[in-house]
Amino acid sequence: MITYDTLYLLAGLMFLVFGIAGAMDAANPKRWGNGLFWTLLAVVFLFASPHPLLHLPALPALWVGGVVIALSLVAGLGFTGRAEIATTSPEERQAGAARWKEWLFAVVLIVPAVTLAGTLWSSGLTSGPHPLIANPKQVSVISLVAGIAIASLVALVLFRPPPAAPLREGRRLMDSVGWAAILPQALASLGAVFALGKVGDAVGAIATNWLPLGTPAAAVAAYTVGMAAFTMIMGNAFAAFPVMTAAIGIPLIVGRFHGDPAVMGALGMLSGFCGTLMTPMAANFNVVPAALLELKDRNGVIKAQAPTAFLLLIANTVLMYVLAFRHA
Amino acid sequence: MDHLWSLLGIAVVVLGFLVRLNPLLVVVAAALTTGIASGHSLGQTVEAFGKAFTENRYVSVLWLILPLIGLLERQGLQERARQLIGRVRAATAGRLLVIYLLARQVTAAVGLTSLGGHAQMVRPLIAPMAEAAAETELGGLPDKPRQTLRAFAASADNIGLFFGEDIFIAISSILLIKASLETAGIVVAPLQLSLWAIPTAILAFLIHGFRLLRLDGRLKREAAESAGEAA
Repeated sequence: MITYDTLYLLAGLMFLVFGIAGAMDAANPKRWGNGLFWTLLAVVFLFASPHPLLHLPALPALWVGGVVIALSLVAGLGFTGRAEIATTSPEERQAGAARWKEWLFAVVLIVPAVTLAGTLWSSGLTSGPHPLIANPKQVSVISLVAGIAIASLVALVLFRPPPAAPLREGRRLMDSVGWAAILPQALASLGAVFALGKVGDAVGAIATNWLPLGTPAAAVAAYTVGMAAFTMIMGNAFAAFPVMTAAIGIPLIVGRFHGDPAVMGALGMLSGFCGTLMTPMAANFNVVPAALLELKDRNGVIKAQAPTAFLLLIANTVLMYVLAFRHA
Repeated sequence: MDHLWSLLGIAVVVLGFLVRLNPLLVVVAAALTTGIASGHSLGQTVEAFGKAFTENRYVSVLWLILPLIGLLERQGLQERARQLIGRVRAATAGRLLVIYLLARQVTAAVGLTSLGGHAQMVRPLIAPMAEAAAETELGGLPDKPRQTLRAFAASADNIGLFFGEDIFIAISSILLIKASLETAGIVVAPLQLSLWAIPTAILAFLIHGFRLLRLDGRLKREAAESAGEAA
């Protein structure tokens, strides 16, 4: 049976190697910061749930919280930094490209192909009397990692790299992403604390008390713009949607003005997506790619998206006004 | 108005991003502020944050892909992507990204959201191909337009995904809309929600596609400016 714990073990071991190799990298002036950062992260991945192999109890949540605070301090106070890690020369890469040709693409595409196949068909796989993937909610992530594992094995067999190469190349890329790598996970956790503090209710109360909502047009505009703005704060349209819909959408657009709820829901969510395109809080879509593509401007992706997002938000507002009240 | 104190956490986020503190530090500070401002103890807040961080570990397992991408890059993956696209005379960076935007949107609309992504597709394939097309067309690509182009490559992936996936009836956003409306006793069919996502999807393609086509001109301008500065 495969669960997330299997994946956490794999990821934890990888982060641990990155941590140890990072600390041993004498050429990097920030070696100790890098080493500490990835090792602390490895601790969370390896020990935050009951250990499946060593039969250790889970690290208490309070400790994990403390480790995350330590991670943010190590990164936030500038103790981490990118190392210069040797890789192949441009000439070697040209030679490799000429030699392996389309095989290189074939190996990359194994990942989405297996993810897709796993998502569609893995419910038929079993281990003994149980399904291979016990929790249906975990299927897509487990399929993704299965795709990565299979593609990695194919790459190892095909290219026969030096034994240290995969993890060294992995560390090269991991270092270029740096602390941004755990920002999406930290933001998801911030969302949980927002829920604990009932931040959504407070924002909803402000929206209903302070916004002029007397006409259908005003209610629609408050709802779509509110969805985008609240999404920008929370970094996630899914956190904003229930709050804004309960505060403005259902009582006013549907209740008082008799708008079509399906139109409202669909376009409300899409207005939230416009917000997602414009905020660094949506780290996995906006900050992580900036790091992965080695952009100098952390907000470069947001700047490329903002005009489109802004126009689409206007379009959603007009569409909702026209379509939701089309029978009225 | 007691509960409004919890908004202090949001103030920390906004302020932190405005003065450009490290975002990871901002997020942790915002979590501690929110918890304490809403009447929880420091211990309770750190514990809740740690519990959520543990439960959300699956968000970060995607990084297991990095050794694979690194391995393929050292064998010349990006160079091969460049060689291929360099041969297609009609290819420009903008046109290539329009095609990717359309492909991402259409595949997401039929539920194939995993056929894309920044680590899986944009860094290893799409960005190098777009850069190669621009290099061929402009005879080299200085740093400034290269940065612009990479940012737009990422934008094509995001916009294609966001405004495609909502057309698929079994996607989580559609299910959340349905569930949220049901708590108020309003029943809608997922198919209705999908249909009303189509006008925005078309507009998203037209607007961002148009901007991507205009990107070729912008790259040319930025390249000329860089050459002017260097001279």
